[in-house]
Amino acid sequence: MSSPSDQTRRTIILTALATAVHASAPRSVAAEEDAPGSDLRPQKADVLVFAEGDHAGEVITPQDLNPGGPAVRAWPKDPKTSVVRKGSRLNEVVVVKLDPAELDDSTRPRSADGVVAYSAICSHAGCPITAWGKAAQGEKDVLKCVCHNSEFDPRQSAQVVFGPAPRRLAALPLAIADGSLTVAGTFVGKAGAQQGG
Amino acid sequence: MTMKQWLLPSLFASTCLFSIAAGAGPIEKYSPVTADRLKNPEPGNWMLYRRTYDGQGYSPLNQINTSNVKDLVPVWTFSTGVVEGHQSPPVVNNGVMFVTTPQGQVIALNAKTGDEYWRYKRQLPDDLFQLHPTNRGVGLWQDKLYLATTDDHVVALDAKTGKVLWDTKVQDYKKGQYLTLMPLVVDGKIIVGGSGGEFGIRGYVVAYDADTGKELWRTFTIPGPGEPGHETWSGDDWKSGGAPAWMTGNYDIETRTIYWGTGNAAPWPGETHPGDNLYATSVLALDPDNGKIKSYFQYHQNDSWDWDEVDAPMLVDLQRDGRTIKSLIHPGRNAIFWVLERKPEGIKYVAGWPFVHTDVWKGIEPNGKPIVDPAHKPGIGKRVEFCPSLWGGKDWPSAAYSQNTRLVYVPANENFCGGFTGEKLPLVPGQLWLGTKPEDIGLKVRWGATHFGELQAWDPATGKKVWSHNFPKSHLFGSVTVTAGDLVLVGGTNDRMFRAFHAKTGELLWEQKTNSGIVGMPVAYEVDGTQYIAVQSGWGVDAQRIQDALATQNDVGVENNVPQGGVVWVFAVKK
Ligand code: FES
Repeated sequence: MSSPSDQTRRTIILTALATAVHASAPRSVAAEEDAPGSDLRPQKADVLVFAEGDHAGEVITPQDLNPGGPAVRAWPKDPKTSVVRKGSRLNEVVVVKLDPAELDDSTRPRSADGVVAYSAICSHAGCPITAWGKAAQGEKDVLKCVCHNSEFDPRQSAQVVFGPAPRRLAALPLAIADGSLTVAGTFVGKAGAQQGG
Repeated sequence: MTMKQWLLPSLFASTCLFSIAAGAGPIEKYSPVTADRLKNPEPGNWMLYRRTYDGQGYSPLNQINTSNVKDLVPVWTFSTGVVEGHQSPPVVNNGVMFVTTPQGQVIALNAKTGDEYWRYKRQLPDDLFQLHPTNRGVGLWQDKLYLATTDDHVVALDAKTGKVLWDTKVQDYKKGQYLTLMPLVVDGKIIVGGSGGEFGIRGYVVAYDADTGKELWRTFTIPGPGEPGHETWSGDDWKSGGAPAWMTGNYDIETRTIYWGTGNAAPWPGETHPGDNLYATSVLALDPDNGKIKSYFQYHQNDSWDWDEVDAPMLVDLQRDGRTIKSLIHPGRNAIFWVLERKPEGIKYVAGWPFVHTDVWKGIEPNGKPIVDPAHKPGIGKRVEFCPSLWGGKDWPSAAYSQNTRLVYVPANENFCGGFTGEKLPLVPGQLWLGTKPEDIGLKVRWGATHFGELQAWDPATGKKVWSHNFPKSHLFGSVTVTAGDLVLVGGTNDRMFRAFHAKTGELLWEQKTNSGIVGMPVAYEVDGTQYIAVQSGWGVDAQRIQDALATQNDVGVENNVPQGGVVWVFAVKK
């Protein structure tokens, strides 16, 4: 049992946190939805920005990523208009930096400095890919969708290595321009789930 | 017109819907469903989620029984063409069967031959995030059907043709609002409750006019400012505190009271939402005319374990302590077998006991409040283990009550524990908000466990377990149905079997391997004097998740080899 003063303090912290979330989230989401181009799929020459964490919104460079993972969630951003393409969740991607020697022949040309990018929307039922960790079978770290435990190997075009997902994640070709990760082409494959989620 | 206004009509266009008439359709003869027929259904029909409003899952048919069930054979099957968890009962109205599938399909079939009349396919939005891609069946009223969808609409269909009659948006799927349950139909009202506790929603039950789709009332399961119970929440927690209502309620015809279960408080660790958190993890007694909360019972306070108590309690006239108790019976996800009483002044606690191993409760107070062991209550910043696992002693799959044997049959999971590390995380609308990292959720088998799944038969009058059947290599994740032929019907195991047990002794009388695993609800029905048993096979959703978790634990020795894909199976006794 916590003391009354603990309880009060905790309540205050929680209330402040909840208020901050409620006050800021709807406004920023609405603004993102309204921005022209925000729901366009990633476009060539878009930069990638962190989707979450302390550096949310900042442009990602290969040096920001740890070799061997973890994967990080990112949004494409139009460098000319500065619009982050958050208007559709189908635009979110995951990026991970790997040893280029590990990448297979179809993956390597889409990578930049060992960094590969894939749609963050699971091809099974549309959950976001949130985890990076050891595969259910084998020792390698893989992209994981924890909703129903699907796993995708980013070294092999994100092919399904475990779980119910029916097909690979859409790949996003990358390049490096001015030291930043940029989009080198449109999605290869369909971003999103097998049937409407 | 702003960009946002412009986007809305185009969004609607992309999610609009149609039905495909196929095969034998349209249906020429259809028996309109009336209030009287729902209150007193013909023995050969299955028109409500659990056949009758009391939620007992009991069929009075006895043509198939303990002596001839060994001769049960498939008479027809039907592939739905859909993968993932097929959880709906085949609903039957005088020879016409309606099944639903994941991704919002409804298929009308000839219940005798398996010929398809028509199929409705909902076009779901591309960006939908379906955490539980499933559906638990259509509600019936007059000559219409009602479907609740994962993109959070309620749709009325013409029962004869599958044509869409109305389509009402309930809330916004982009904010994690979705629906998976069979609508409850009471006197021309179509009543549904929302899913989305894991997205930080505020739960509710809502009623629509059967003819027009117009909203009649909406009752939030978390009281707002000024409403009784609001004081059990701190600050603004009530706005996002969960308490979803994602399973069909039961209905007391005599007192005109709906009993509806509610889910866990959000996010999971109780420290993030201090207070008792009414009406999370409760049963609500609702007035069907206006949605008013007449009474409630909270199964446990300040939920921290993700223990949804959404499966509505069964209404049973129970002989106990020398009197007839108008009871509510609920084997809880929180591991306690609850016996409550429907008194004129409200719901009262009668008895409770653990039906699977638990280390969370130290006892139950005389008023029915369970006493928690804080060592097994998840909190912030520490890893806490607890039994049963977050899927509970019994999840949403329903128990059944036999009017013959007066026993309750429970699809239980024994020897599973779990744990997670609680975290304070900001709420992002439409994103998972569990209060832990999803990848941190653990499922462990208790040391020395000899089995996981357990079909149990309990005497609710005495609190004694009469028999149980253990499954050494599988959990049990499927609803139970019992018949007057003294058959307990259940799938739910990872060996793809559908089984019939002797209701009195627990003897396994019959089993049949199916295409996939069965998480669907078995039903019994009759056409032209022949009794049939029907069930959908189609593994997925949480049954699959538990299976995957077991498969990664080498010492448990469970193989992860359950194929997916839905098939309707219909059986009869070989003549
Ligand atoms: S949505 Fe990813 S595994 Fe189901």
